[in-house]
Amino acid sequence: MSAETGIGAAVKRREDLRFITGQGNYTDDLNVPGQAYGVFLRSPYARARINAVDAADALQVEGALAVFTGQDTAADGLGDLPCGWLVKSRDGSDMVSAPHPPLAVSQVNYVGEPYGLVVAESLAAARQAAERVDADFEELTPVVATARAAQASPIHQGLEDNLAYDWELGDEAATDAALSAAVHVTRLDLTNNRLIPNAIEPRAALATFDPTNGEYQLRTTSQNPHLERLVLSAFVQIAPEHKLRVVAPDVGGGFGSKIFVYAEETVVTWAAAKVGRPIKWTAQRSESFLADAHGRDHVTHAELGLDEAGRFTALKVSTTANLGAYLSTFGSSVPTYLYGTLLAGQYKTPNIHVRTHGVYTNTAPVDAYRGAGRPEATFVVERIIEAAARETGRDPAELRRLNMIAPEDFPYQTPVALVYDTGNYQASLDKALRLADYAGFGQRRAASQAAGKRRGIGFSCYIEACGLAPSQLAIQLGAGVGLYESGEIRVNPTGSVTVFTGSHSHGQGHETTFAQVVSDKLGVPFDDVEVVHGDTGRVEFGLGTYGSRSLAVGGSALICASDKIIAKGTRIAAHMMQAEPDSVAFEAGAFISGNQRLTLQEVAFAAYVPADYPPDLEPGLSEKAFYDPENFTYPAGAHIAEVEVDEATGVVQLANFVAVDDFGHVINPMIVDGQVHGGLAQGAGQALLEHGIYDADGQLTTGSYMDYCMPRADDVPDFTVDTTVTPCTHNPLGVKGCGEAGAIGSPAAIINAVTDALGTEDITMPATPEQVWRKLRGL
Amino acid sequence: MDLGARKLYLGYLIPGVAKTGRQSGDGMEQSGEHRIPADRATVWRSLNDPAVLARCIDGCQSMERLADNRFAATVKARIGPVRATFDVALTLARMRPPESYVLEAEVKGKAAGFGKGSAEVALADAGDGATLLSYRVVGRVGGKLAQIGARLINGAARKMADDFFSAFHEAVDPARSRTPATNPP
Repeated sequence: MSAETGIGAAVKRREDLRFITGQGNYTDDLNVPGQAYGVFLRSPYARARINAVDAADALQVEGALAVFTGQDTAADGLGDLPCGWLVKSRDGSDMVSAPHPPLAVSQVNYVGEPYGLVVAESLAAARQAAERVDADFEELTPVVATARAAQASPIHQGLEDNLAYDWELGDEAATDAALSAAVHVTRLDLTNNRLIPNAIEPRAALATFDPTNGEYQLRTTSQNPHLERLVLSAFVQIAPEHKLRVVAPDVGGGFGSKIFVYAEETVVTWAAAKVGRPIKWTAQRSESFLADAHGRDHVTHAELGLDEAGRFTALKVSTTANLGAYLSTFGSSVPTYLYGTLLAGQYKTPNIHVRTHGVYTNTAPVDAYRGAGRPEATFVVERIIEAAARETGRDPAELRRLNMIAPEDFPYQTPVALVYDTGNYQASLDKALRLADYAGFGQRRAASQAAGKRRGIGFSCYIEACGLAPSQLAIQLGAGVGLYESGEIRVNPTGSVTVFTGSHSHGQGHETTFAQVVSDKLGVPFDDVEVVHGDTGRVEFGLGTYGSRSLAVGGSALICASDKIIAKGTRIAAHMMQAEPDSVAFEAGAFISGNQRLTLQEVAFAAYVPADYPPDLEPGLSEKAFYDPENFTYPAGAHIAEVEVDEATGVVQLANFVAVDDFGHVINPMIVDGQVHGGLAQGAGQALLEHGIYDADGQLTTGSYMDYCMPRADDVPDFTVDTTVTPCTHNPLGVKGCGEAGAIGSPAAIINAVTDALGTEDITMPATPEQVWRKLRGL
Repeated sequence: MDLGARKLYLGYLIPGVAKTGRQSGDGMEQSGEHRIPADRATVWRSLNDPAVLARCIDGCQSMERLADNRFAATVKARIGPVRATFDVALTLARMRPPESYVLEAEVKGKAAGFGKGSAEVALADAGDGATLLSYRVVGRVGGKLAQIGARLINGAARKMADDFFSAFHEAVDPARSRTPATNPP
């Protein structure tokens, strides 16, 4: 409706005032009467047998209430933490799941794995008591390195090896044949570095149990509280769903790491009833490093075949993916269905085969992290194309253009299962080339050289698949949950609107964007629309936020619910206006028939005070919808990075970065820009700075900000961000999703620029000054 | 903590001025030598004397001989932000008095982590009744020590070694033997 607040308006985020004034409502801000505090006991060993845990001394600490171990949770029948996606190996067998008890019972398998919970009157007492717990471990030989894990002796008792699955997608024979026949084959070995998520708000939980009605309430840092409730009820079996309420209040960033159902929230909830007291646990930053699910960690060999003209004939990819010590909630799907399916990229490569070995190691579980599989796929495709362009003496932009799926090719069936509905990849590339002044790069390179620096330029034309869907297909492929989203719209008697969404905001700005959508659709003032999310007690059901799905799936559900509101309102209005429903139109918040006009507010009032009301219609004006997409959405774009390398120090300065993205229609361009900026900064972090490193003993040596380098403002340039638009063809908003694109496209662009500057393909992420300095000196 | 402690112990036993310190992702290695103003027999005896060791190790709260070649100690130590009381088990092996031995240490700091390591210690006559002690320590730490203390451990070990040897000097120096140094608690 309004140009200032409707679809397409850069409305300032209404949630930001409370965030930036310290009024946010984060889990650790909440306190309840009688609250006790929990501290987890964590393994100092990568792999060890637990011989005994002696808590006698700990319980002597004043204020200590209880110490629970894995023996206690197991004895009480607490179930294992499940992995929600069953991946099958190429031979048809199910993946091998190592049992994942919430607290380690007889063996710990990564540094930081919780094996006990200490509960005390105060946090200080809980910490003091935790210091006094005497655990007797027998150290076992750990398996750490990704590339060698499959051959190493099994870390889990009862498993034959460390292979969770050996998955494949695509036609191997055809791909091999095409590679054999190729005029040129580019081969590349790639490592996708392990990342540690580092949301600004650490994970936290505040659990209460009400013995008068048997109800648990868990307030926690979750991206999808309904999934958490489902898992804790159906699998861990803490309490049935109607006796468990999960609330995710304000959540300060997730990037995927808060999708998963973790041990800590689980055990704290269980323990609240055992102790008979509310229990709060908030992770220290050092715990987050150890025990949040990590991201990436692939080792890959790829081969790309080209014909005489430079057309891609085949892509063959073999990846070993480190899954960590246990399969996290969606860990199995990330290096398979979210990775292999994206290897066509934006190109018409006719033959693609991918094989992924998912391996167990004695490291923290690995799961979805911003992009989740798609940055890894993009890195493979875009790195090898850049290398192929260099090897065959072609312009990297033109080689891409030559192979791109053309606008008239849509819908396009890739050889790796997906059907792209729409796109215009050339348009994004053209715009990016212009914004990056590609024509002027030679001059800039010469200027850098004159200043003793090497300049490089790199491209990345990424594609991603967002809004995982449809449910039926995903479930056939092993997903344990549906992939729809729910929305409910209540038009209150006075005409204000309360919107309930099963999607969840932990920084994305739903309270603003979703209000824009509903306000626009129903023609009610923006300020009259309130968005409620993140509470299983208020929202019927939902699947939360991940995979850039919120607007495409959750927003679409709200459109569907709005349509139902309009349909019912039309019947009420027709009755009131004594008109045929067919003659009533809904425009800008009013029902119109001929020269008669009733506002939505008037109709809503009539619906709740049905004096003059259709006899065959229920009172009230509240509607729900579940929206199940018929396909993924396919955001895509062109990223161009320019770097300057200091020969003396090896420091890589990201000099310029252009991102042109096609997200379909944009609801709030300011929020979209912000999402892209954040994603690009994370991608720059992966490419240049961040690296989660375990030593040979499985000790995390990058466990604090002293050793794990996060990007800062001066590590990134003033990004040039723009869009092109091909609306998604199958959702009512025509939107695709923008949350992950920056992190998906940028690492490959930056490394392509670094390798261009250095004249070698042999650079691994992160391109630290030390590595670059050595390469410059041939070391 | 254990590892830090272990390194510290190794350091106590061995170094005066660490000549080399190196830390890869896979553990710590340090070596050095120190000139001690006492003859080899005295140095050897003192290195095997729990009372002397206890006095020279900063933060040592107890030191007990369990067997000829085994000691148990409790040491309060701090490595960067990690501070804790460590249980230390020391074993002396490959004893060739008064020339060389290997000190094996296992350090446990409960929530602070752990450490393991060994120090090869050699004594040689340095003339003028002095002894040249050289050492080579290898060790590794785990748990919180490794997570947030890894990069600090070499420095901490060196400092503890320096502190140990300056105290050890005073403890064994015949010129000062009447007034043994007292360590701050």
